[in-house]
Amino acid sequence: MELQVKTMAQLTAEGQSVDVLFWVGCAGSFDDRAKKITRAFAKILQNCEVNFAVLGSEEGCTGDPAKRAGNEFAFQMAAHMNIDILNGYGVKNIVTTCPHCFNILKNEYPSLGGSYEVMHHTTFLQNLINEGRIKLTDADVFKGRRITYHDSCYLGRANGIYEAPREVLAQLDAELVEMKSCKSKGLCCGAGGAQMWKEDEPGEERINTRRSREMADTKADIVAANCPFCMTMLRDGVSKQNLEGKMHVFDLAELIAAGQGIQDINLD
Amino acid sequence: MEPIQIIQILAFLSLTTFVFVVSGKKYVAIYRNISMGKAENSSPDKSLRWKNMLRIALGQGKMFTNLPVAILHLCVYVAFVFTQIELIEIFADGITGSHRILYNSIQFSWFTGLYTAIISTIEILSLLALIATFFFLARRNMLSIPRFRKTEMEGWPHRDANIILYWEIVLVTCIFLMNGADAALHPDEYRFIFSSNLGPALLGGLSENTLHLLERIGWWGHITGVLGFLIYLPYSKHLHILLAFPNTFYARQKPAGQIDNLDSVTQEIKLMMNPDTAFAAVDPAAEIPTFGAKDVGDLTWKNLLDAYSCTECGRCTDQCPANLTGKKLSPRKIMMDTRDRMEELATFRKSSSEEHDGKGLLSDEYVSVEELRACTTCNACVEACPVMINPLDIIIQMRRNLILEQSKSPEEWNALFNSIENSNAAWAFPASDRLKWTEN
Repeated sequence: MELQVKTMAQLTAEGQSVDVLFWVGCAGSFDDRAKKITRAFAKILQNCEVNFAVLGSEEGCTGDPAKRAGNEFAFQMAAHMNIDILNGYGVKNIVTTCPHCFNILKNEYPSLGGSYEVMHHTTFLQNLINEGRIKLTDADVFKGRRITYHDSCYLGRANGIYEAPREVLAQLDAELVEMKSCKSKGLCCGAGGAQMWKEDEPGEERINTRRSREMADTKADIVAANCPFCMTMLRDGVSKQNLEGKMHVFDLAELIAAGQGIQDINLD
Repeated sequence: MEPIQIIQILAFLSLTTFVFVVSGKKYVAIYRNISMGKAENSSPDKSLRWKNMLRIALGQGKMFTNLPVAILHLCVYVAFVFTQIELIEIFADGITGSHRILYNSIQFSWFTGLYTAIISTIEILSLLALIATFFFLARRNMLSIPRFRKTEMEGWPHRDANIILYWEIVLVTCIFLMNGADAALHPDEYRFIFSSNLGPALLGGLSENTLHLLERIGWWGHITGVLGFLIYLPYSKHLHILLAFPNTFYARQKPAGQIDNLDSVTQEIKLMMNPDTAFAAVDPAAEIPTFGAKDVGDLTWKNLLDAYSCTECGRCTDQCPANLTGKKLSPRKIMMDTRDRMEELATFRKSSSEEHDGKGLLSDEYVSVEELRACTTCNACVEACPVMINPLDIIIQMRRNLILEQSKSPEEWNALFNSIENSNAAWAFPASDRLKWTEN
């Protein structure tokens, strides 16, 4: 399907209102792998006729990695600019495919003057499914496949969302298996706290290497992620286990889009 | 009253007075140390505070992720709490020089029944606690359970844990010795579940004088054990038996992912953004705010209460992804360091007219830069703690100090900050690239 994405600036100029802002995030905008997740989710929104828009060039980093690294100043400057823009458009609802953006917009923007109804895309997908707006006509592409779900720290422990993504995955015609560490005990991928942007501290192994062993133990065909940074780390883990071609890492949005038959998926 | 009774009353009174004065001083000192911390920025839900304390401290709600260990811990905990009932009579006996004053002075048959039931329950719980204690000693010393073998547990912390377990054995043994000798002396009097059988069976052949002496050894052994524990407690990791209650009560209630915004930074930015103040002359008398935490006094009082509540169980470190993969960071060590540093600073202040010794929590002696940099802010440590301690909050405050006060940052992070400040993006891409994903 042809993607038709409008920006807040365009729609405002046309005098149209927007129900929900899709916050794409830096990874979703610039990282080649994450861009595919962004496209998949935008297609779902379009397919479900959700009245949405993006900020495009007006979007800025939420400041999450700066804040977690300890640079409160860079964070608050970034937040300040974003809040000016969001409030300028009178944004009420935000959905995002990044749990870091989700957490910071939901929890840390309000006291700086930016209060919105913020949703992570897994919860948004669950709502669309519950409302009957997502029809999984092609769910049988997952028939006979094993899927294991990786809890991101910022969706799971940070905000207590463990069930929505699992309920979304349960819609696919596949077998769901859990890793040894899951839900509130889920093992981090190693990217959070601004680790994504620097070398590891000295140690015995990388965190994603450890996680990849738990992934391999499940003998799953698909690892389902909900975060663009986990995506990078988990894919790296798959190659460390020499499982390329056997184990695939996909975001929930990509799996649902494939189940809807609006995006191809390569499982070989 | 016989002279030996008067001697015992005097000994009891002077011992308890001594213990209450000495331990009381130490508890006050701990309260003062915690008060070194800054105010907490929160608007708590009062009913949730009670719920947290009842569920997590009293009900041990977060222990049950590991069922066998939770049950062992529960045995010791319930025995400890329930045995306090017996202390009422022990104190009454100690002050009056009498023997089982409640049993002997309240002659109603229902009370005798209740008394027997309580002592029997204490005996059952004490036996369970004794069994649990042996399991704990074995787990700590014979099995190689990783969380008990980390470097921060070497030396005193390991000994401290064992001392408490041995102490527990002595306390329980004294209870059984006291009750057993008593039962052997008066075989038709008491109906205690274990000692009324074991006492006469094991000690029945001994003379009345010896039995009387054994009963006294049991009684004095138990009460000095309890009083000694009261003194030892504030020096030991075992303080959690008291502080778990206030610590869960005052625990933060916000989502775990929410890190507080620094008000001082918000103020600075407001001044910068306001054209009236941005270029105004700076008042030289105005206090320059400091950012983040370099020492314990920069943390909040709740962070400090957390440190005193920590019993060094290591469930946090056991779940920490950085520690699991061999990095230096251990959330438990952060808590232990915070407490040790508080004690050090308090000791310095006692012997000096200066406020500060020039050292800090954020230093190679305590928490190093390498430890702080290894954290992924994943909240696994926070989730794992059975008494709602938050090591991550302390880590973030020290990270802020490193960046905002000391400008200590890895090169790659400087590049990240530059991108965010100059390109509004986590990587240095132009804003015009933000829609490229739509092009396929």
